[in-house]
Amino acid sequence: MWNFVFCLILGFIGGILGGMGMGGGTLLIPLLTIFLSFSQHLAQAVNLVSFIPMAIIALILHIKNKLVKTSGILYIIIPSLLASILSSLLSNSLDGDFLKHSFAIFLIILSVIQFFSNNIIRAINKRKIKLKK
Amino acid sequence: MQLKKKCLLIGVGLITGFINGLFGGGGGMIVVPLLTILLSLEEKEAHATSIAIILPTTFLSAVIQIISKNYDFSVGLPVAIGVASGGILGSFLLKKTKDKTLVKIFAFVMLLAGVKMLIF
Repeated sequence: MWNFVFCLILGFIGGILGGMGMGGGTLLIPLLTIFLSFSQHLAQAVNLVSFIPMAIIALILHIKNKLVKTSGILYIIIPSLLASILSSLLSNSLDGDFLKHSFAIFLIILSVIQFFSNNIIRAINKRKIKLKK
Repeated sequence: MQLKKKCLLIGVGLITGFINGLFGGGGGMIVVPLLTILLSLEEKEAHATSIAIILPTTFLSAVIQIISKNYDFSVGLPVAIGVASGGILGSFLLKKTKDKTLVKIFAFVMLLAGVKMLIF
């Protein structure tokens, strides 16, 4: 029973973090592996499934608010589906600890990019303005 | 549409789908900046559009993981309920706190999480 409660609580925390815009479920996975000793494969699978109900609701709202830009979106979605089949199978074939460490490195790289995101965006915008001139 | 743009979009899709499937997530963190930079979408539009992109690929990956028996419903269900509830609160909080420092705090938390997962 406590297991159920802890899962609820950690899901809740992960959901808040995701809801505030930070990487969706990306922080849920470390929460599950660090505090509940989930295996990396299980944490990833749980993260994937957990994302779906919330995403459906959010998407409906976003579409209503006309925030979703669909021009060319199939050029993104279809390749992403194909790539994800490959990488999902790859992920399954990898050792759990290796996958966990790879994910950790991914998080670290992302965090460094995030740190400099403002500077990066500013630099790109400057370049865009230059190009327009 | 120009061929160059089509290739860019396909590239975005391949990277996003690959990462999302490999790590069971994280595709959103990749695709949002790419949409902002390559398609010049505003931040809100990029976030909204990213969900439209990530949802199908996540669904597909989820199905593969369930079939592969990597998913456990007895823990997955409470986590999903928690995530859904937390997500509602989180988006509500987001409206109240639009802050650039938030990005840095989250980046730091991500860094800590990554280091912890790497070392321990």
